[in-house]
Amino acid sequence: MKKQLSYMDSVHRDGRIWNLSVMVLLILFPISVALIYHTMPDWRGFLMGILATAPMYWAVAVVETVTYVPMLGAGGSYLSFVTGNIANLKLPVALNALEQAEAKISSEEGEIISTIAIAVSSIVTTLIIILGVLLITPLTPVLNAPVLAPAFAQILPALFGGLGVVFISKNWKISVAPVILMLVLFIFVPALNAGTVGIMVPVGVLFTLAVSRILYKKNML
Amino acid sequence: MEFNVNSPVLFLIAGIIVAAVLAQSVYFLIKAWRRGLAIGMSKDKLKRVAMTAGVFTVAPAVAIVISVITLAKDLGVPLPWLRLSVVGSLSYETIAASNAESAMGLTFGQVASLNATQYVTIACVMTVSIMVGIWLVPLIGKKLQNGMISMENRDKKWGEIFSASMFIGMISAFLGYVFCDFSNVFHGDMSGLIPVLVMLVSALVMCLAGLLVKKTQWHWVSDYALPISLVAGMASAIPITAWLG
Repeated sequence: MKKQLSYMDSVHRDGRIWNLSVMVLLILFPISVALIYHTMPDWRGFLMGILATAPMYWAVAVVETVTYVPMLGAGGSYLSFVTGNIANLKLPVALNALEQAEAKISSEEGEIISTIAIAVSSIVTTLIIILGVLLITPLTPVLNAPVLAPAFAQILPALFGGLGVVFISKNWKISVAPVILMLVLFIFVPALNAGTVGIMVPVGVLFTLAVSRILYKKNML
Repeated sequence: MEFNVNSPVLFLIAGIIVAAVLAQSVYFLIKAWRRGLAIGMSKDKLKRVAMTAGVFTVAPAVAIVISVITLAKDLGVPLPWLRLSVVGSLSYETIAASNAESAMGLTFGQVASLNATQYVTIACVMTVSIMVGIWLVPLIGKKLQNGMISMENRDKKWGEIFSASMFIGMISAFLGYVFCDFSNVFHGDMSGLIPVLVMLVSALVMCLAGLLVKKTQWHWVSDYALPISLVAGMASAIPITAWLG
């Protein structure tokens, strides 16, 4: 008799099928363009481009996977790593939804809430981008208007201000040390900027885990 | 066939892939929704989660459209549309495209028209360089999840602290990032204060929303507090930048 899969097992099975299928489809984009236009990549340009781009992003992707999967849940991870914009959209959406529902990501309820929030966010994002692509001619002057530029340049501070209040106020004992460390690092190390914040996320996570473990062992939490 | 970065056939191929990604999101939404109802979660609760996530997403999604417009100057619309709908982000796509272009002797932002070979090369670099996350999650995602669950089963309290610590670690890195230009203030350039003040406005609005919920018991406010604080912070960036920029 066929073994009945648990919900979580079926999420992993379906997620694997979907992600690997999307990966194949993505690779097919340049291949089909090459076939349609009877051309091949400029192999030297491709190799040089890959060498300049891939090592850092492959390393970041490995670190992001290990860091974000436990926070996003199973369904949320499969979706987020396909649709992208994890730190600036999918993870905050999931965190906010879990917070509102007072659910833990490790519970089945938390898994469902995170998946629904990330799925809806992905659908809305995709539809808005489609709308933007369809209306690109009339929208370009509006969205590129100089008056709006500062608002879109400050999305991350606007996002993490609100999110920070919620999480730090509830976990202030474990927040003090990592927040101070990150402030000092970002203020005094010039190399740290928008391009390197992704690398600092796992640093922040590991440091916070270490601090929390010490406080926990000393019965201070 | 004459190559054009905005050729209908490119829109068609990109559209098919975007449709597949949309289908994946719809599939997981329906699967999670059904499971939620099956384990006794109320329809109202699920609707609230979906509504809040949808509202919250609008402003960041508009920013992604702006990224498509930015990249479209060099690459046409279909490739940025595809790349920013699947995995990508403006910073990554810009770096990948500009590395590929400079490897072929082009300068990003100053390309008049790409030929098919250059276009395929750029698309290959952008695609291959970002692929790791898509296959790594199927490979190790289950192990990571099971590790978290077994840790919580061993020590529930530590499991909860562990989750909270991960969130705080991530948030603290982004709070640090808000201050990355702050040191310019010491040299008389006040623009480094702009993200800090925007963050404070957003935090203040979030605090006010919390107070409002406490005083009035309007719990719907807390559902929309994060999108409201996000939009308020973004809106405040306009006068703050005019003042300090």
